[in-house]
Amino acid sequence: MKLHEYQAKELFACHGLPVPEGETAETVAEGLAVAERLGYPVAIKAQVHAGGRGKAGGVRLARNRAEAGEALEAILDMTLRTAQTGEQGLPVRQVLVEKGVAIRQEFYLSILPDRASGTMLIIGSGEGGMNIEEVAARTPERIARIHVDPLAGLQPFHVRRLAFELALSDVQERSFFDLMTGLYRAVTENDLLLAEINPLVFTADDTFLLLDAKAEVDSSSLFRHRDLAALRDDTDRDPLERKAARYNLNYIRLDGNIGTMVNGAGLAMATMDLIKRAGAAPANFLDVGGGANAVMIRHGFGILLADPRVRAILINIFGGILRCDVLARGVVEAARATAVNIPVVVRMEGTNVEEGRRILADSGLELINAVDIRDAAAKIAAMAGRL
Amino acid sequence: MSIFIDSDTRLLVQGITGREGRFHADQCRRYGTRIVAGVTPGKGGSEVDGTPVFNTVAAALRETRANASMIMVPPPFAADAIMEAADAGIRLVVCITEGIPLHDMLRVRSFLRLTGSRLIGPNCPGIITPGACKVGIMPGAIHTPGPVGVISRSGTLTYEVVHQLSGQGLGQSTCIGIGGDPVVGTSFIDCLRAFAGDPRTRGLVLVGEIGGSAEEEAARWIRDHLDIPVVGFIAGLTAPPGRRMGHAGAIVDGAAGTAAAKISAMRDCGIHVCEDLGNFGEFCAEVFRDCVSSP
Repeated sequence: MKLHEYQAKELFACHGLPVPEGETAETVAEGLAVAERLGYPVAIKAQVHAGGRGKAGGVRLARNRAEAGEALEAILDMTLRTAQTGEQGLPVRQVLVEKGVAIRQEFYLSILPDRASGTMLIIGSGEGGMNIEEVAARTPERIARIHVDPLAGLQPFHVRRLAFELALSDVQERSFFDLMTGLYRAVTENDLLLAEINPLVFTADDTFLLLDAKAEVDSSSLFRHRDLAALRDDTDRDPLERKAARYNLNYIRLDGNIGTMVNGAGLAMATMDLIKRAGAAPANFLDVGGGANAVMIRHGFGILLADPRVRAILINIFGGILRCDVLARGVVEAARATAVNIPVVVRMEGTNVEEGRRILADSGLELINAVDIRDAAAKIAAMAGRL
Repeated sequence: MSIFIDSDTRLLVQGITGREGRFHADQCRRYGTRIVAGVTPGKGGSEVDGTPVFNTVAAALRETRANASMIMVPPPFAADAIMEAADAGIRLVVCITEGIPLHDMLRVRSFLRLTGSRLIGPNCPGIITPGACKVGIMPGAIHTPGPVGVISRSGTLTYEVVHQLSGQGLGQSTCIGIGGDPVVGTSFIDCLRAFAGDPRTRGLVLVGEIGGSAEEEAARWIRDHLDIPVVGFIAGLTAPPGRRMGHAGAIVDGAAGTAAAKISAMRDCGIHVCEDLGNFGEFCAEVFRDCVSSP
C-alpha cells in the first residue's frame, strides 16, 4: 500500500525526522491560504501515487501569491501522466504546499527489505534528486549499499560506514546518526516495504531535511497497524479493482477483451499467457485464491460481467482447496443474477470435478466445456477473430 | 529415493485444531503420511482425529519424536510458529500460510540460520513424495511415483504441471512448492542441490514466474552443476510492469524480473523452456524420453 508524500512525511516526523513545514490543500483558495501563512517561496506538489511527478509538471515553485495561484490552478486541474501512471494518467485531487528551502547539498537515501539477501538494505548516494536507477547504471561507484541483519538491527558502524561513503562533513555527521536511527525505526516499526528520501537535503541552516519522501506499507501487516490502514487512498484505482478488493479478490484490469477467472496467482498468469498465445488478449488478472467460496466466485464472475470490454470469459480452475463443486455453484448463482450474453469457456480439473461438471450441465446455462487447458486455448483461439 | 520427506517422516501439524488445519492434516493422513502430533496453544491434552494435541512444539517433541512440522496457522502467528518449531529442534518446517508480513519473514530467515532448520514456504502448497508422504495441501491423487523432480513457486500451476506429467506416464520423485512470497526459506538452488544428490531423480521441472531473479540464479546453477535434463516454464509473459500479480513476490520492477528475461536466461543455460502450457506434458515426454525410461 503506497502512502502519499504528505502521509509519509507525517509518519517520518512521528519518528523524529525533520520534514519541511507544510499542509495539504484541495482547492486553490485553501492552497493560497497555506502559502500566505508559510511565506514565500513555497513548493506546490501534486499528491498522487506515482513517481516522476516533477518531470510531468506536478511540482512547481512559487515566489509570490500570483505564481502560487497560477501553480495551484494548473496542478489541481491536471491529470498527471508519468512513466508510472501510463497513458490514462491520474487526476490530481490534492496538493501539498510546503515552505521553500535553501538547499546546500542533496542526497539520496532509502531503506528497504531486500528479497535476495534477506536483509534490510540501506542505499545512499551523493547524487540526490536524480533517478537512482539511472545513477546506478551510469556511475555505480556513486552508490553505497549497506546490508543490515534484521535480527541485530541498525548498528553504529553501519551509519559510520554510510557517512564515510557519502563523504559527509563533521557538521553533517553529527545529526546523521539520529536521522538514520529514526528512519530505520520508521521502516521496521511500520512494516514498510520501502522508505525513499529523494532528495534528502542539507540546508543553508546546516540541518538535514526530508524534502521528498516515499513510503510503501506491507498490506499483509495492516492487521497490526490500524492507524496506517486508515491512510489507504483508493480513489485513483480502477472502480472494478476497488470492488474486487472489497471481496478479497486479486483483480487487475488489463487491456484485452477475454475475461479470466482462475484460482492461484501462478495459474492465473499462465492462463493470461495462454490467451495471448491463442491470438487474443486477456482483459484482466483475477485470482480468486485457494480458499474461495461460492460468494467470492459469484462476485468475481460478476466483476468480469460488469466490464463492458469483456467479450468472452475463460474460467480455469484446478481444484485443490477450492473444490470444483463450490466453483460451479458460484458460477451458476452469478449467471442467474446477471444476464450472460457472451460465451463462457469453463475448464475444471481436480477435487470434486465430476460433481462440478454435473452442476454446470444441469444449470441450463450455455457454457462451453473445455476438457483440458489445451482445449480451452483452442476454444479461445477459435473465437479470437470474431470478438 | 526422494528429497526432504519420505516414509520415515514423522509429521507434527501446528494449527491442527483449526478448520483448514484439521482438514488438510486428515488429507495428508489419508495419503499415508504419519501424523504423530498436533500443536495448538491451550488445546493440549485433546485429540484431533486420533492425533494427540500438545500446547507447545517442545512438549510434542518430547512425547512423539516428530521430525517435521506443517504450519497451518493464521498470518499474524505464523512467523512465531515457524521459530517455535525451529527452536524446539524440528529440522524441516513447511509453512503453508499466505500473507505473513515481510519483516516477520526477514527475522525468521535470520533466526533459521542460527538453528540450521530448513523452512519450505511460506505461501506454498507444500511438498510431496508421491506414494510415500504428503506434507501440504496439494491434491494427492494427481501425483504418481517416478523419476521427475518438480520445483515451483506456484500452487495450482504446479498441480496443472504435475497433472500433465502424470498424464504422460511421467511420475515424480518429489514435488516442492517453494512459495510465492519475496522471501522464502528454501530457494530453487537449495532444492536443485538436494535433487542433485538423489540418484532416482533423472529429470527436473522448474516452474517459475515473474519477479526477482531466483529463476536466473537457478538456471546458472543448473548450467554449472547438473547433468540431467531440465524443463522450465515461466508464468507472466503478459503481466504489466509495476503491478503485483497476486503473489507478493510476483512483480516486474523496471526491466528486472520479466518473464522474457527469465526465459532467455534459462535457454542460455541449456534449460528446455516450454512456452505453451497446453502442451507441457508432451514437451516433457519428448525432453525426458531417453533419461527416464531406463530403470
